[in-house]
Amino acid sequence: MELRLGADRATDAERAAVDAIVAPAGPVVAATGERFTRGGPHRAHERRHLLLPALQALQQEAGWISPGAINHVAEVLGVPPAEAYGVATFYDLFATEPQPETVVRVCDDIACRLRGTTAIDGALAAEGLGAAARHHSPCLGLCDHGGAALVQRAGAQVRSIAAPAATPPVVEAGAAGPRLLARVGRVDPASLDEYRAQGGYRALARAIEMGPDAVIEAVFASGLRGRGGAAFPTGAKWRAVADEHGRPRHVVANADESEPGTFKDRVLMEGDPFALVESLTIAGLAVGARQGWIYIRGEYPVARSRLEAAIASAREAGLLGADVAGSGAAFDIELRIGAGAYICGEETALFNSMEGFRGEPRSKPPFPTTHGLFGEPTVVNNVETLLNVPAIVLDGADAYRAAGTVESPGTRLFCLSGHVARPGLYEHALGVTVRAVIERAGGVADGRALQAVLLGGAAGTFVGPDDLDVELSFEGTRAAGVALGSGVVMLFDDRVDLHDTLTRLARFFRDESCGQCVPCRVGTQRVVEWLASPGAEHAVLDDLMAVMTDASICGLGQTATSALRSARTAGLALPRRRP
Amino acid sequence: VFGAGGGTSSYRDAEEADLVVLWGSNAREAHPIFFHHVLKGVRRGARLWCVDPRRTPSAEFADGWLGLDVGSDIALANAIGREIIHAGLVHTSFVERATEGFDAYAACVEPYTLERAATTTGVPAVAIRELAHAYANAPTAQLCWTLGITEHHNAVDNVLALINLALLTGHVGRPGSGLAPLRGQNNVQGGGDMGAIPDRFPGFQRVVDDDVRERFETAWGVPLPAVPGLHLSRMFEAMEHGDLHALYVIGENPADSEADGIRARRLLEGLDMLVVQDMFLTRTAELADVVLPAAAAWAESDGTVTNSERRVQRVRRAVPPPGEARPDIEVIVSLARRLGAHWGDVTPEAAWDEMRALSPMHGGMSWARLEASGGLQWPCPTDDHPGSTLLHERLWADPLVGPRAPFSAVEWVPPVDVLDDEFPLRLTTGRTLDSFNTGVQSGDYEPPIRRGRALDLSPGDAAALAVREGERVLVASRRGSIEMTVAVRAELPRGLAFTTFHFADEADVNVLTIDAWDPKSGTSEFKATAIRVEKLAGAR
Repeated sequence: MELRLGADRATDAERAAVDAIVAPAGPVVAATGERFTRGGPHRAHERRHLLLPALQALQQEAGWISPGAINHVAEVLGVPPAEAYGVATFYDLFATEPQPETVVRVCDDIACRLRGTTAIDGALAAEGLGAAARHHSPCLGLCDHGGAALVQRAGAQVRSIAAPAATPPVVEAGAAGPRLLARVGRVDPASLDEYRAQGGYRALARAIEMGPDAVIEAVFASGLRGRGGAAFPTGAKWRAVADEHGRPRHVVANADESEPGTFKDRVLMEGDPFALVESLTIAGLAVGARQGWIYIRGEYPVARSRLEAAIASAREAGLLGADVAGSGAAFDIELRIGAGAYICGEETALFNSMEGFRGEPRSKPPFPTTHGLFGEPTVVNNVETLLNVPAIVLDGADAYRAAGTVESPGTRLFCLSGHVARPGLYEHALGVTVRAVIERAGGVADGRALQAVLLGGAAGTFVGPDDLDVELSFEGTRAAGVALGSGVVMLFDDRVDLHDTLTRLARFFRDESCGQCVPCRVGTQRVVEWLASPGAEHAVLDDLMAVMTDASICGLGQTATSALRSARTAGLALPRRRP
Repeated sequence: VFGAGGGTSSYRDAEEADLVVLWGSNAREAHPIFFHHVLKGVRRGARLWCVDPRRTPSAEFADGWLGLDVGSDIALANAIGREIIHAGLVHTSFVERATEGFDAYAACVEPYTLERAATTTGVPAVAIRELAHAYANAPTAQLCWTLGITEHHNAVDNVLALINLALLTGHVGRPGSGLAPLRGQNNVQGGGDMGAIPDRFPGFQRVVDDDVRERFETAWGVPLPAVPGLHLSRMFEAMEHGDLHALYVIGENPADSEADGIRARRLLEGLDMLVVQDMFLTRTAELADVVLPAAAAWAESDGTVTNSERRVQRVRRAVPPPGEARPDIEVIVSLARRLGAHWGDVTPEAAWDEMRALSPMHGGMSWARLEASGGLQWPCPTDDHPGSTLLHERLWADPLVGPRAPFSAVEWVPPVDVLDDEFPLRLTTGRTLDSFNTGVQSGDYEPPIRRGRALDLSPGDAAALAVREGERVLVASRRGSIEMTVAVRAELPRGLAFTTFHFADEADVNVLTIDAWDPKSGTSEFKATAIRVEKLAGAR
């Protein structure tokens, strides 16, 4: 490919940062002597997935991605510089203008804004970051703390700061006993030995004994459905990919947990990282994939480093690599780090992001099971979904179904935040009521009256204090017309200005829309404007919501008005709109 | 080999093939429209290979580039053929049913081992092997070539060597698989189709065939010579021997475009009579006794053109020609009248209808159909024939229809203009995107992307000669010498120099080139000149 580069040149440090990422893949045009080269668009395309890690390395090295650095990346990867720039500007955590030495991104999303900034201000001051440049950030997945910030500093890894809360975050299992949370807080997350001592890697051994078909059959029989929001039967997904004989296949753990109010996957990955590595390995062997990927959001530096260590330990122990645990099958895992984009949690946007393109969702069909990562058959599962697999493999589908309802077997993690007495992560059997979940967490904080509960996250639904008997199962929430989503249960007491919450949600979707399709790009902005204009007609909002729901390419635009719609239906916020 | 002289595929096949080989073709610059079709294929996933002494802009898009020595094509092709045979990748059922001469071919290529070819061509054996396997294993493949194959003293053998590969692998006569000689102008194909070849009537019918000739004589009412005419290289020989005294040149600029330009101009000047019919006052026209100003075929004339996929398309007059310029047909008809032949008022459509009455492959192409369909591909013999997207589909019929396609055992011979201590560098010539041939039609414009006025040298040679970018040097061949400006280009391997002939006024490159030509095609060896580069006296 012939590239037209600008005159800007990368510094030696920038070059070194990029080359460290790209060098293992060899040059984009490989010469054998003076008379034979291999190159061209196909070879460049095969290297394209290194674009995101290369940009990440640049951002970390220099604190921003300079025009000269873009030129260098473009040249060594054979990517047109305009496309590299297009990718760099897609992500919040990448800067394409010079930045101050240190940038602090303070969460002002719906949960954190309920508490004000006192706690996080104090935490930042204690770190000597009181005077650092500040930006607002969407949810950092630390809603169970007293406030949250992300620190970016040139030459250093991203760091997250959680402010202390009145009540320390709770990790607690409900009546069904701990399944997903069994080891969280009870093992050293850096120790493979401790993980094994507490039952780790027994499931992989069992899965190897059973063979791929039996594993998929067990997952199918368990009735396990996706925990990321779409609730698709996991076994069916695995079966479809396993049936794509003769094609390279992939398994991807979607750890891009970005739904405001959601922090369950972070807690799992920080507290029990080997469980994800083992679960993904079982998935990979079951569907015949040689490569597994974990795509984790860039805002989770602790989970990231624990996963990196866990993958390395597993590899060292022969649990990943050319012969996984003596099975004769090859499987390895690569970690990919997001860079601040909610939309990349959408599975096809996630593929595009991993492949080095802007994280814009693809049109479906074709579905990931036939055309996923790199256009190849791909299983993509949420972290929580995958972590259900070891128990299914070990104890069988029937034992798994002992918890939960017939249509929604198993347990579910709920992220309690907002005005709740004891914020944190709670595991309940599916089918539990909202009321029971809230009561388990101590009810409304400070004894206040409950105004509303947001279920399922920013793309979820509000319910009022009279609707707490909704059963939290796939069928129960569907019947009640509410969202189970990613397990968010966020409480708002009677002092909250819900109009402010709705406005923040609307801004969130506007900011996070990838801009690819008009209904979402324009619609999310119009919703922000609608909320800001006193006297705006409801008929206009109806039209907007209808167009966005019907015509957006992906779930972001389709569900961006879900919470707003539910708040209006429940009569919660809009009648009290400000004049 | 196959009879008619045209590409066997359509552009669409380049878009749908699994593999495209550009051999001796920098299509990106020289055939940019065709290259768009190739790029569509690449975008779909097709693999692209380029065989070219230079790592051309086309090669930038290639999965693999083989930088062979100029003129070593047959050695490379034969080695690829041998590798295909030895690797067991021959399309055996096709070869057995539809071809002949395989055994002789196999014996001929047997000495062309990968190692020997690597020595002859300069390309690593691993690359030759990889291309052989890629071509043979591709479900469908297009083999495309242009002047890098044909501007050699053994041009026809070069082409035959490539055709052998298509026969070996069955990559001809199927959708996606074919042989595509690319035409450099919108109507090069049409010129050949219409009989602008010394031994052919329209539709590639042989002049020496008595039945054919009789049909034309009957239609035209005049006796026709039974001996083929002269091609360009032979015309210049005839001028040199004093056998040719008068020349009528239509739309050609041999004073600039002929190899060994000094000799060409001397011979043109020595003619008793030179008539030039052209849109521009070319360097050849400047030498002429009579210049007949011609209308442009594009936008100023009515008629047809035929492109590289054998598609005949209508062109329409949109503006009147300037001044005294007239369409070629009018000029020729008027000239005939002055010479005593009264053809009446010949419209372009009437001329076309007369031609298609005599050329079976064009029989079904009425203007009405051409206009309605947006163009038809020959052969299209009857009014209800849809035209032919592919040639030689018959080779796949079982049992075979028509004669078998013959393998041709051809041996590599080096270029005529040998390299030695006195002339150690190989100069090859070509085109750039922004210019057209001798520059008659493009030289007046100054596009921002223009380059090609210079002598391109490899970094290694420039360093060895101690010359820098922009330096003026003396370039000498065994026939003459000119001054040129140096450009140092990384896409050239050591030992190879490149230039264009677009700027004859500034750098009269064809002073250097050799007029050795292929006795079978009449094409000169523009692509292989031995040169020496000298620093100019006074240059530091």
